[in-house]
Amino acid sequence: MARNHWVIRLTHWVDVVAVGIMAASGMQIFNAHPRFARPGESFPLNPWEGHAIPSSLTLGRWLAGARHWHFAAMWLLVANGVVYVTFLALHGEWRTVTPKRGDLGAAWEMVKFYLFLRRDHPIQGKHNALQKSAYFAMPVLGVLLVLSGLAIWKPVTLGFITVLFVNYKWARFVHFSCMVALLLLALVHVFMVFSVDPFALRAITTGGYNPARSPEARNARPFYHLFRRGVAPHGAGEDPTGVSAADARLTVDPRNNSEVLR
Amino acid sequence: MIDRRRFLATSAGSLAGALLAACNSDPKAAHPLLALAERKNETVERGIFRHTSMDRVASDAKLSGTAFPQYYVADSLPIWDPAARGVWRLEVTGAVRKPLSLTLADLEKLPRRSQVVDHFCVEGWNARAKWTGVRLSDLAQAAQLTPDAGYVDFRSFDDDYHESWDIESAMHPQTLVAYAMDGHYLGAGHGAPARVHSPVKLGYKNTKYLTSIVFMPKENGGYWSDQGYEWYGGT
Repeated sequence: MARNHWVIRLTHWVDVVAVGIMAASGMQIFNAHPRFARPGESFPLNPWEGHAIPSSLTLGRWLAGARHWHFAAMWLLVANGVVYVTFLALHGEWRTVTPKRGDLGAAWEMVKFYLFLRRDHPIQGKHNALQKSAYFAMPVLGVLLVLSGLAIWKPVTLGFITVLFVNYKWARFVHFSCMVALLLLALVHVFMVFSVDPFALRAITTGGYNPARSPEARNARPFYHLFRRGVAPHGAGEDPTGVSAADARLTVDPRNNSEVLR
Repeated sequence: MIDRRRFLATSAGSLAGALLAACNSDPKAAHPLLALAERKNETVERGIFRHTSMDRVASDAKLSGTAFPQYYVADSLPIWDPAARGVWRLEVTGAVRKPLSLTLADLEKLPRRSQVVDHFCVEGWNARAKWTGVRLSDLAQAAQLTPDAGYVDFRSFDDDYHESWDIESAMHPQTLVAYAMDGHYLGAGHGAPARVHSPVKLGYKNTKYLTSIVFMPKENGGYWSDQGYEWYGGT
């Protein structure tokens, strides 16, 4: 059984494209007026008022071009998001990305592990508590981005959405802030994939996954795999923390959809 | 056969390459798709447009005053010179039964509306002022539109600046031909003697230095629309 359902894998990569286009064109749009203050006013909440974003991060060349990209890709983003969230809801997969009671403590255990305050990798199901909070925050930010986006796209026709964010100026600030938060989460996510669990790249592309190579089984902290090149197939090798593949098998969460060890 | 490691490396590499290629660029291959999206978006935008959706600004809101940006496209500030061009008149023509030719005094005799509304610039800022003038719907009523008046072109003496609109947006109760701002006749930087002002369209659609209003069966592009900005430009 695939580690990630094909709907999850497809929507994940479509989202990479959609968010990439939205963020890059959005930053080009922002650069037309890189501040939140109205003319003649100030906006102390943004310490970088007036500073444009480097053009190497932008898409669309100029304001008009970027707007065309933004208002085309928004449909892809929304359609993809609806498919993803609907699938999660109907398929029960929402449990794997929804924090529950006790996850604050579980998240602290993960932090302790990464800070070498704890020897063994906590076993917390398909995704650990830190992952769950990040994967849960992303669609929440997505909903906020879409709502604040509608608020500044149609401040008169959809004025009832604009007032949810107080007014046009604040909706624009929320829209920008959520974008920054989403990109930071994505950045940390990509860092953790490459530094802790590069096997997840296969799991989110073809669905294949070997639980013996999970971070839990490898006891992986960032860049662990670069220094411990000799992890044998199925994790049969020695492990200083004593967590072997056999132990990992015993603690596999029945909901984690991972393939069964042979 | 490609092994797993190679597959991952290739995928990551091509993804990074695609993202880099997109940096500070505007891939032409996507343009037909973007144009299609603009047409579909216009259908959606016109579908959700309502004359009952108003721009509501709190009565105690701070007006932009002198900070309200001034803007024109000509090389120098466009000023109507009566000595050279005669008395300024606003022509209302095209798909109408009764063409109008109105002096500023004529405009002032028509039903007067004052409103504090936002001005939404395509760049992302908004500014507030109190605008006084005549509702475009009142002018249209006086000129008696014919059934094929589906669009309207607002022309100016600021070089060849003009922008055409869909008739629904033009007939919105907050769409004015304004001749005063914050209680004073328009200044030269704000489109004197009269301009279009409406919160339902982005700033660039609101033609300043108005000379004529031409109702027509088809849209007629516009100064910025022809250069790549969305023609609809609605808020």
